[in-house]
Amino acid sequence: MEIRAAVAKRFGEFALDASFTVSGERIGLFGESGSGKSTLVGMLAGLLQPDGGEIFLDGECLFSSARHINVPPEQRRIAIVFQQPSLFPHLSVKSNLLYGFRRSAPAHRTIDFAELVDALRLEGFLDRGVGNLSGGEKQRVSLGRAILSNPRLLLMDEPLSALDDQLKYQIIPYLRIVSERFGIPYLFISHSLVEMRLMADQVLVVAGGAIAGQTTAEELARDRMGQSPIGYINLIRVTDPRRRDGMYAYRWGEVELLVSAGSDQPEALFELSSRDIILCKQHPEAISARNLLTCTVVKTFASGSRVGVELSCHGERLLVEVVDEAATELGITAGCEIFAAIKAASFRRLA
Amino acid sequence: MLTFAPSDYEAITLSAKVAVTATLLSLPFGFLLAYLVTFLSFRGKTILEVFINLPLTLPPVVIGYFLLLLLGRNGLLGGLLEAAGIRIIFTWKAAVIASAVVGFPLLVRSIRIGMESIDRQMINVSRSLGARWHDTLVTVILPLSMRGIIAGSSLMFARSLGEFGATIIVAGNIPGVTQTIPLAIYDYAGSPGNEQVALSLCIVSVVLSLIVLILHEVAGRKLAGSG
Repeated sequence: MEIRAAVAKRFGEFALDASFTVSGERIGLFGESGSGKSTLVGMLAGLLQPDGGEIFLDGECLFSSARHINVPPEQRRIAIVFQQPSLFPHLSVKSNLLYGFRRSAPAHRTIDFAELVDALRLEGFLDRGVGNLSGGEKQRVSLGRAILSNPRLLLMDEPLSALDDQLKYQIIPYLRIVSERFGIPYLFISHSLVEMRLMADQVLVVAGGAIAGQTTAEELARDRMGQSPIGYINLIRVTDPRRRDGMYAYRWGEVELLVSAGSDQPEALFELSSRDIILCKQHPEAISARNLLTCTVVKTFASGSRVGVELSCHGERLLVEVVDEAATELGITAGCEIFAAIKAASFRRLA
Repeated sequence: MLTFAPSDYEAITLSAKVAVTATLLSLPFGFLLAYLVTFLSFRGKTILEVFINLPLTLPPVVIGYFLLLLLGRNGLLGGLLEAAGIRIIFTWKAAVIASAVVGFPLLVRSIRIGMESIDRQMINVSRSLGARWHDTLVTVILPLSMRGIIAGSSLMFARSLGEFGATIIVAGNIPGVTQTIPLAIYDYAGSPGNEQVALSLCIVSVVLSLIVLILHEVAGRKLAGSG
């Protein structure tokens, strides 16, 4: 999927002037609130008319002010999942799901209803009204409704922002699996770096109504590590929990991690800030941190006034942030061995 | 005990007939105008809104007089209708038009309030799922405006039942032809010895209004329950 756009739009004081070409199946649109992300989404979907410019999707012109082309939203085959599920309250779950499907051209209908219902685990809800669904269930129905319209592009405009953390990380696998399983490319819009890293490969950065850059989600997170108040968030997927001394021992690749906030779920996702990891040049004989990992330095990089240290712990990646002085004292260079100490309480469970 | 003359039964039937016809005739226009002023931006929108609401502020007698000028034999439309063999003035149809014009702003206002409460995102979703604007209008906006439509219809029906000023000018007060309940009460109130009949018609008015309000409440609750 390729989007090529050069568009301008003015609303009073705010002006958007964005020009970009991006291709891929999992594209992110990252920016702070008010940067122009949703305006751009509205213009791509045909819900908002640019003042000027042009938009192409896979070579097809959707909008061109010069050629007086403006394909209406219902003909663009671009479905949207918004922050709020916006389900039709007068229709059942099934009728909501089939709203777009019934309006799609038979030639485009490649998605099987039963398969989608199974993928989103909506079997038990089909005949219900939408009023009694939970927030997560509503967002799953909203996603299913968009996918069933057989779009060629799915726009996800901050679809997780209205959900609490627990629900958010329950929904993310659905967002990814459904679009991958049914082969629908997506543009994921968010102001959260963690969400970007979980959802997107290529990322367009929007700032002040313009495209500030194009990068990968990982690079973006590393670049912003030094300025972010929470540093870089390591996303750690672990398995096989066992209770031990009031904590949970998890398997992380070949390494064992002790975590305070564990659960008996067989798989879990934790976040760990790059600032919650202490590096030691030599093995400390005794330390209060319950995790002491032997790592190899892969590389170091500058991020703002800080130094980022990428570690390999038996093949698993970990990013640590230290100040310049500490990096010099520790003599950190690529290839050297180092110990990373992490308190069991520093891990925050996401899912 | 309720006391009625034969012409009173006709007045009751005519009132109901005029109110139902005026409401049903106005509904599609009221819905479309409410849609226009709620969802679309166009030049002259403010003027249109002023004209929609004008009958709300004008004395009904003034409206009746304008209708008389418009629909009378020498009026702009009246002449054309006369040529086509259609007579409006001093028939029950004139009472319907008078009621429709006077009650129209109430209808549009209520539907508009219903439409304004619809989440715009829902309309955007509908369009991006492949629905054309008229499809969205029928499958999303219409059902979600239903409470406003019912409220507006009830208000308009009740207003039509009570319409007096415009009706007496444009339809007259002809027993058995154009005399509605308010006009009959007016007649009885002006002639001594008919207090009992006037009171009976007042009670009928109250009962009819109560029925409309109860139906409105029941329909509103049903919709709230299903929504």
